[in-house]
Amino acid sequence: MNAANRSHFVYVTFIRTTLAKLWEALTEPQFIRQYWFKTTVECGWKKGSLWKMTRPDGSLTDTGEILEIDPPRRMVIRWQNEWKSELKAEGPSRCTIELEPVDGAVKLTITHEIDRPESKLITAVSGGWPRILSNLKSLLETGEVAITTHPGH
Amino acid sequence: MSDADLLFKALADPGRRKLMDRLHAHDGQTLSELCQHLDMTRQGVTQHLAVLEAAKLMAVQWRGREKLHFLNPVPLQEIYDRWIRKFERPRLKALRDLKRRLEEDGED
Repeated sequence: MNAANRSHFVYVTFIRTTLAKLWEALTEPQFIRQYWFKTTVECGWKKGSLWKMTRPDGSLTDTGEILEIDPPRRMVIRWQNEWKSELKAEGPSRCTIELEPVDGAVKLTITHEIDRPESKLITAVSGGWPRILSNLKSLLETGEVAITTHPGH
Repeated sequence: MSDADLLFKALADPGRRKLMDRLHAHDGQTLSELCQHLDMTRQGVTQHLAVLEAAKLMAVQWRGREKLHFLNPVPLQEIYDRWIRKFERPRLKALRDLKRRLEEDGED
Protein backbone atom coordinates (compact mmCIF):
# COMPACT_ATOMS: atom_id res chain seq x y z
CA MET A 1 0.00 0.00 0.00
CA ASN A 2 1.34 3.38 -1.04
CA ALA A 3 2.05 5.69 1.91
CA ALA A 4 -0.26 8.34 0.44
CA ASN A 5 -3.25 5.99 0.71
CA ARG A 6 -2.72 5.15 4.35
CA SER A 7 -3.02 6.99 7.62
CA HIS A 8 -0.91 5.87 10.49
CA PHE A 9 1.17 6.90 13.47
CA VAL A 10 3.95 5.36 15.52
CA TYR A 11 4.13 6.04 19.24
CA VAL A 12 6.93 4.89 21.47
CA THR A 13 7.45 4.88 25.19
CA PHE A 14 10.21 3.40 27.33
CA ILE A 15 8.97 1.91 30.60
CA ARG A 16 11.26 0.80 33.41
CA THR A 17 9.66 -2.62 33.92
CA THR A 18 9.98 -6.20 32.63
CA LEU A 19 8.57 -7.77 29.48
CA ALA A 20 6.32 -10.05 31.56
CA LYS A 21 4.95 -7.22 33.68
CA LEU A 22 4.23 -4.98 30.68
CA TRP A 23 2.55 -7.83 28.78
CA GLU A 24 0.37 -8.47 31.81
CA ALA A 25 -0.50 -4.75 31.97
CA LEU A 26 -1.58 -4.89 28.32
CA THR A 27 -3.73 -8.02 28.62
CA GLU A 28 -5.18 -8.16 32.16
CA PRO A 29 -8.61 -6.44 32.33
CA GLN A 30 -8.07 -5.30 35.94
CA PHE A 31 -4.75 -3.73 34.96
CA ILE A 32 -6.09 -2.15 31.76
CA ARG A 33 -8.98 -0.51 33.61
CA GLN A 34 -6.53 1.39 35.83
CA TYR A 35 -4.73 3.26 33.06
CA TRP A 36 -7.35 3.18 30.24
CA PHE A 37 -9.92 5.51 31.84
CA LYS A 38 -11.90 2.67 33.47
CA THR A 39 -12.44 0.90 30.13
CA THR A 40 -12.97 -2.88 30.26
CA VAL A 41 -11.33 -5.18 27.72
CA GLU A 42 -12.62 -8.67 26.95
CA CYS A 43 -10.39 -10.97 24.91
CA GLY A 44 -9.07 -14.55 24.91
CA TRP A 45 -5.64 -13.29 23.66
CA LYS A 46 -5.22 -16.03 21.07
CA LYS A 47 -5.03 -15.69 17.30
CA GLY A 48 -8.61 -15.22 16.12
CA SER A 49 -9.92 -14.22 19.59
CA LEU A 50 -12.56 -11.52 19.53
CA TRP A 51 -11.50 -8.30 21.25
CA LYS A 52 -13.95 -5.86 22.78
CA MET A 53 -13.70 -2.63 24.80
CA THR A 54 -16.57 -1.29 26.89
CA ARG A 55 -17.15 1.74 29.12
CA PRO A 56 -18.14 1.31 32.79
CA ASP A 57 -21.83 1.68 31.76
CA GLY A 58 -21.43 -1.33 29.44
CA SER A 59 -21.59 0.60 26.15
CA LEU A 60 -19.18 -0.50 23.40
CA THR A 61 -16.28 1.71 22.36
CA ASP A 62 -14.32 -0.55 20.02
CA THR A 63 -14.40 -4.16 18.77
CA GLY A 64 -12.07 -6.36 16.77
CA GLU A 65 -10.03 -9.51 16.59
CA ILE A 66 -6.51 -10.66 17.42
CA LEU A 67 -4.84 -11.02 14.01
CA GLU A 68 -1.41 -12.03 15.33
CA ILE A 69 -0.13 -12.71 18.82
CA ASP A 70 3.34 -13.68 20.07
CA PRO A 71 3.48 -13.26 23.88
CA PRO A 72 5.19 -11.29 25.37
CA ARG A 73 6.55 -9.44 22.32
CA ARG A 74 3.93 -8.61 19.76
CA MET A 75 0.25 -8.51 18.91
CA VAL A 76 -1.82 -7.13 16.06
CA ILE A 77 -5.45 -6.18 16.69
CA ARG A 78 -8.09 -5.54 14.02
CA TRP A 79 -9.67 -2.46 15.54
CA GLN A 80 -13.11 -1.13 14.67
CA ASN A 81 -14.62 1.94 16.27
CA GLU A 82 -18.16 1.39 17.59
CA TRP A 83 -19.16 4.62 19.30
CA LYS A 84 -18.99 7.35 16.69
CA SER A 85 -20.74 6.81 13.33
CA GLU A 86 -18.24 8.75 11.19
CA LEU A 87 -15.35 6.75 12.68
CA LYS A 88 -17.20 3.44 12.48
CA ALA A 89 -17.93 4.14 8.80
CA GLU A 90 -14.19 4.09 8.04
CA GLY A 91 -14.12 0.34 8.77
CA PRO A 92 -11.37 -1.67 10.45
CA SER A 93 -7.93 -0.33 11.36
CA ARG A 94 -4.89 -2.27 12.58
CA CYS A 95 -3.12 -1.69 15.85
CA THR A 96 0.29 -3.32 16.27
CA ILE A 97 1.76 -3.48 19.76
CA GLU A 98 5.46 -4.40 20.06
CA LEU A 99 7.59 -4.87 23.18
CA GLU A 100 11.38 -4.93 23.15
CA PRO A 101 13.78 -4.96 26.12
CA VAL A 102 16.25 -2.03 25.97
CA ASP A 103 18.80 -1.19 28.71
CA GLY A 104 16.81 -2.22 31.78
CA ALA A 105 13.55 -0.91 30.34
CA VAL A 106 11.01 -2.09 27.77
CA LYS A 107 10.42 -0.16 24.58
CA LEU A 108 6.72 -0.20 23.78
CA THR A 109 5.80 0.72 20.22
CA ILE A 110 2.21 1.30 19.12
CA THR A 111 1.54 1.55 15.39
CA HIS A 112 -2.04 2.30 14.44
CA GLU A 113 -2.92 2.33 10.75
CA ILE A 114 -5.78 2.26 8.29
CA ASP A 115 -5.79 1.86 4.52
CA ARG A 116 -7.29 5.25 3.70
CA PRO A 117 -5.87 8.77 3.48
CA GLU A 118 -6.69 11.45 6.07
CA SER A 119 -8.51 9.08 8.38
CA LYS A 120 -10.62 10.64 11.13
CA LEU A 121 -10.30 7.43 13.12
CA ILE A 122 -6.50 7.70 13.15
CA THR A 123 -6.74 11.37 14.18
CA ALA A 124 -9.14 10.41 16.99
CA VAL A 125 -7.05 7.53 18.36
CA SER A 126 -3.82 9.51 17.98
CA GLY A 127 -5.16 11.90 20.64
CA GLY A 128 -6.02 9.09 23.05
CA TRP A 129 -2.89 6.97 22.89
CA PRO A 130 -0.41 9.49 24.46
CA ARG A 131 -2.63 9.82 27.54
CA ILE A 132 -3.03 6.05 27.81
CA LEU A 133 0.71 5.41 27.39
CA SER A 134 1.66 8.15 29.84
CA ASN A 135 -0.76 6.65 32.37
CA LEU A 136 0.57 3.13 31.75
CA LYS A 137 4.19 4.25 32.21
CA SER A 138 3.32 6.13 35.36
CA LEU A 139 1.34 3.18 36.78
CA LEU A 140 4.14 0.67 36.16
CA GLU A 141 6.93 2.95 37.38
CA THR A 142 5.23 4.67 40.33
CA GLY A 143 2.03 2.70 41.02
CA GLU A 144 -0.16 5.72 40.25
CA VAL A 145 -1.91 7.11 37.19
CA ALA A 146 -2.07 10.80 36.27
CA ILE A 147 -5.36 10.91 34.37
CA THR A 148 -8.51 9.06 35.40
CA THR A 149 -11.12 10.30 32.93
CA HIS A 150 -11.18 10.43 29.15
CA PRO A 151 -12.04 13.90 27.83
CA GLY A 152 -13.46 12.40 24.61
CA HIS A 153 -15.85 9.88 26.19
CA MET B 1 21.84 13.32 31.07
CA SER B 2 18.44 12.27 32.44
CA ASP B 3 15.43 11.64 30.19
CA ALA B 4 13.85 14.92 31.30
CA ASP B 5 17.07 16.86 30.59
CA LEU B 6 17.30 15.34 27.09
CA LEU B 7 13.68 16.24 26.49
CA PHE B 8 13.90 19.88 27.57
CA LYS B 9 17.21 20.30 25.72
CA ALA B 10 15.61 18.92 22.55
CA LEU B 11 12.69 21.34 22.87
CA ALA B 12 14.96 24.32 23.52
CA ASP B 13 15.87 24.82 19.87
CA PRO B 14 13.69 26.63 17.31
CA GLY B 15 14.96 24.45 14.44
CA ARG B 16 13.95 21.27 16.24
CA ARG B 17 10.56 22.70 17.18
CA LYS B 18 10.07 23.56 13.50
CA LEU B 19 10.92 19.96 12.55
CA MET B 20 8.33 18.77 15.08
CA ASP B 21 5.77 21.09 13.47
CA ARG B 22 6.63 19.66 10.04
CA LEU B 23 6.09 16.14 11.33
CA HIS B 24 2.88 17.17 13.06
CA ALA B 25 1.60 18.54 9.74
CA HIS B 26 2.64 15.38 7.90
CA ASP B 27 3.80 12.38 9.88
CA GLY B 28 6.08 9.65 8.56
CA GLN B 29 8.40 11.71 6.30
CA THR B 30 11.79 10.75 4.87
CA LEU B 31 14.87 12.91 5.47
CA SER B 32 14.63 14.31 1.92
CA GLU B 33 10.97 15.24 2.40
CA LEU B 34 11.80 16.95 5.70
CA CYS B 35 14.64 18.92 4.08
CA GLN B 36 12.28 20.47 1.51
CA HIS B 37 10.77 23.78 2.64
CA LEU B 38 13.31 24.04 5.47
CA ASP B 39 16.08 26.60 5.59
CA MET B 40 18.57 24.09 6.98
CA THR B 41 21.33 21.95 5.52
CA ARG B 42 20.69 18.22 5.19
CA GLN B 43 23.45 17.67 7.75
CA GLY B 44 21.78 20.13 10.14
CA VAL B 45 18.45 18.35 9.82
CA THR B 46 20.14 14.98 10.43
CA GLN B 47 21.75 16.30 13.62
CA HIS B 48 18.47 17.78 14.89
CA LEU B 49 16.66 14.50 14.15
CA ALA B 50 19.26 12.60 16.19
CA VAL B 51 18.65 14.90 19.19
CA LEU B 52 14.87 14.49 18.81
CA GLU B 53 15.27 10.71 18.60
CA ALA B 54 17.50 10.61 21.71
CA ALA B 55 14.80 12.56 23.58
CA LYS B 56 12.20 10.02 22.33
CA LEU B 57 10.30 12.85 20.62
CA MET B 58 10.67 11.05 17.34
CA ALA B 59 10.31 7.41 16.33
CA VAL B 60 11.79 5.85 13.21
CA GLN B 61 10.44 3.07 11.05
CA TRP B 62 11.92 1.44 7.98
CA ARG B 63 9.67 0.82 5.03
CA GLY B 64 11.83 -1.05 2.54
CA ARG B 65 14.91 1.13 2.07
CA GLU B 66 13.13 4.28 3.22
CA LYS B 67 13.62 5.58 6.75
CA LEU B 68 10.43 7.28 7.91
CA HIS B 69 10.31 9.75 10.81
CA PHE B 70 7.30 9.92 13.12
CA LEU B 71 6.51 12.47 15.79
CA ASN B 72 6.22 10.77 19.17
CA PRO B 73 4.07 12.93 21.48
CA VAL B 74 4.20 10.56 24.47
CA PRO B 75 7.04 12.49 26.25
CA LEU B 76 5.07 15.74 25.75
CA GLN B 77 2.13 14.14 27.55
CA GLU B 78 4.53 13.19 30.34
CA ILE B 79 5.73 16.81 30.60
CA TYR B 80 2.10 17.91 30.70
CA ASP B 81 1.27 15.42 33.47
CA ARG B 82 4.40 16.24 35.44
CA TRP B 83 4.88 19.98 34.91
CA ILE B 84 1.58 21.55 33.89
CA ARG B 85 -1.36 19.56 35.24
CA LYS B 86 -0.38 19.78 38.90
CA PHE B 87 0.18 23.53 38.73
CA GLU B 88 -3.17 24.00 37.03
CA ARG B 89 -5.16 22.45 39.83
CA PRO B 90 -4.71 25.12 42.55
CA ARG B 91 -5.58 27.84 40.06
CA LEU B 92 -8.78 26.07 39.02
CA LYS B 93 -9.69 25.54 42.66
CA ALA B 94 -9.09 29.26 43.37
CA LEU B 95 -11.44 30.17 40.52
CA ARG B 96 -14.07 27.73 41.79
CA ASP B 97 -13.83 29.13 45.32
CA LEU B 98 -14.11 32.69 43.99
CA LYS B 99 -17.20 31.77 41.95
CA ARG B 100 -18.83 30.14 44.97
CA ARG B 101 -18.09 33.15 47.18
CA LEU B 102 -19.47 35.61 44.63
CA GLU B 103 -22.60 33.52 44.15
CA GLU B 104 -23.12 33.24 47.90
CA ASP B 105 -22.76 37.03 48.23
CA GLY B 106 -25.44 37.44 45.57
CA GLU B 107 -27.90 35.41 47.63
CA ASP B 108 -27.61 37.72 50.65
